[in-house]
Amino acid sequence: MSLSEVEAATESEQVEQPAGNLRKEAWKRLKRDPIALVGFGLIAFFVLVAIFAPLIAPYAPDAQPGRGMITPTNIPGPSAEHWFGLDASGRDEFSRVVYGARQSLLVGVVATLFGMAGGLLLGVLAGAFGGKVDTVVMRIVDIMLSIPGLLMAIAIAALLGAGLWSVMIAIAIINVPVFARLLRGQMLAQRGSDYVLAAVSLGVRRRPIVLGHILPNSISPVIVQATLTLATAIIEAAGLSFLGLGGADPRVPEWGRMLADTQRYLASAPHLAFFPGIAIVIAALGFTMLGERLREAIDPKYRR
Amino acid sequence: MLKFVVRRLLQLIPILLGLSVLLFVWLRALPGGPAQALLGERATAESVARIEALYGLNEPWYVQYWKFISAAVQLDFGNSARTNRPVIEEMSRTFPATFELAIAALIFAIGIGIPLGYYAARKYGSWLDNLSVSGSLLGVAVPVFFLAYILKYVFSVQLGWFPTQGRQDPRVDADHPTGLYVLDGIITGNPEATWDAIMHLVLPAIALGAIPLAIIVRITRASVLDVVHEDYVRTAEAKGLWERTITRRHVLRNALLPVITVIGLQAGLLFSGAILTETVFAFDGVGRFIAEAISNRDYAVLQGFILVIAAMYVVVNLLVDLSYGLIDPRVRVR
Repeated sequence: MSLSEVEAATESEQVEQPAGNLRKEAWKRLKRDPIALVGFGLIAFFVLVAIFAPLIAPYAPDAQPGRGMITPTNIPGPSAEHWFGLDASGRDEFSRVVYGARQSLLVGVVATLFGMAGGLLLGVLAGAFGGKVDTVVMRIVDIMLSIPGLLMAIAIAALLGAGLWSVMIAIAIINVPVFARLLRGQMLAQRGSDYVLAAVSLGVRRRPIVLGHILPNSISPVIVQATLTLATAIIEAAGLSFLGLGGADPRVPEWGRMLADTQRYLASAPHLAFFPGIAIVIAALGFTMLGERLREAIDPKYRR
Repeated sequence: MLKFVVRRLLQLIPILLGLSVLLFVWLRALPGGPAQALLGERATAESVARIEALYGLNEPWYVQYWKFISAAVQLDFGNSARTNRPVIEEMSRTFPATFELAIAALIFAIGIGIPLGYYAARKYGSWLDNLSVSGSLLGVAVPVFFLAYILKYVFSVQLGWFPTQGRQDPRVDADHPTGLYVLDGIITGNPEATWDAIMHLVLPAIALGAIPLAIIVRITRASVLDVVHEDYVRTAEAKGLWERTITRRHVLRNALLPVITVIGLQAGLLFSGAILTETVFAFDGVGRFIAEAISNRDYAVLQGFILVIAAMYVVVNLLVDLSYGLIDPRVRVR
């Protein structure tokens, strides 16, 4: 620690300061961590491909440049013309994988944001009010957690009918209890701390204490969880689409359904399974790596 | 301890009741109601009315709910719209298959995960440690169905070491008294059927066990790292105990506590994964049946299966909690 940092630390009287310092330190550790950096690189790659898909992909996702070249037993694999080969309808697999990044990113981000928002709401309610509210909210959370994730997502998607929005909502809902439980635990832990006691004794009212003091100090693990949830959301979305619950328009490429469609051609055209699968792995791995390392950087338990 | 068990059992009641309400509402909230959902979009008003009368859907909701609950506790979940057989019969056919698959996946995950996590922690920072850490990161990022495809393509299609699908070669003459094919082969004294069932299990079990494996490696490693820095391990080392004794009596016994919890928590993950794994390998279990129920709008099947799976999941979690209370007396006090 440099002299100026020591001075800054001793001079600071504000209660939020330690959290700020912790975050700064976590950020510093993260910047030196190769796994976190690779994760970040993979995420950047994935996001850029999604954004610039029309510029990267040589064909439209529903164009059939290889029409007429395809028979059920002969689906051409990778070539100079078609980097990832052609699919069973004569479409350019590379273009479809590239465009698929858009669906995947969209579903992942929207589902995670909605799930986090719902979880934050329930968690804050339970953590701030305690007592009966807490009991009711946590019972709801328990019930939701008693159904295995994918199974619940299937039930919800079936309720809403197959489609992109159903997938997003289904995945958002199965992640609500995770965030709710996490935030409640954090808030309960913060509630007993000295700075809250100080604020209470100064006569600060409940809402500013919860929103201004407890919530900001509880949020770090939520950010970590959100990063990890992005990875699982992408995988779950692919799983739902694999089971036929994804988007209704077959012209819009989704990695999960692309994998499902190859089921019959696995022996003759393995490239149709390989490329969309690798795409899912890259996207999910990026968020997993960054999220795990973020967790370790923030949580003092992991420091050795 | 008894008080602890009773308290935990009582906590199950509101969860299971809430679950049944949720599923009851779910079936009735399906677009156009359950009869419409069953018949599809081109159903006529008469056929909808006929189905509603047949399943009692025209009665008041409280009567319907009472019938649903009293039937459910007797394990009567109606008939499958697709196979036209009682849902309970389909369950007794498919659950043993998935149970067998899940056990095989857990044996794979635990058998490799705990030793690997342990040695990774003991050789902290070595290539083995780095490999298992990056492997466990990769493990949770690979979708189950993609891994299943890779395994199937490489080891079944290309190398031909394992069968591509199913649970048993139809040419093998085998009896199935329990529905657990490996066990069936053993008790009927049929080594050929046993071996065939095992070969059919290998690839699906690896695909299904990959994520639990990754998680078990990570938790074991973290937990062993925690424990080896404890004072009692240093004391044991200082008093000159054998390495093996320290490992067995002091390190592993304490480090495995969180691992047991995590293994218990995998139950839900295994069910989710089984839906996808079984689809790829055409493995005739719960997961494949559910996947087919989805595409055939067989909602009575979905309702019954989800209720039973969730109930089993809750009970498994309870057992994990109880075993935790048995091993660690501190848990009982809370």
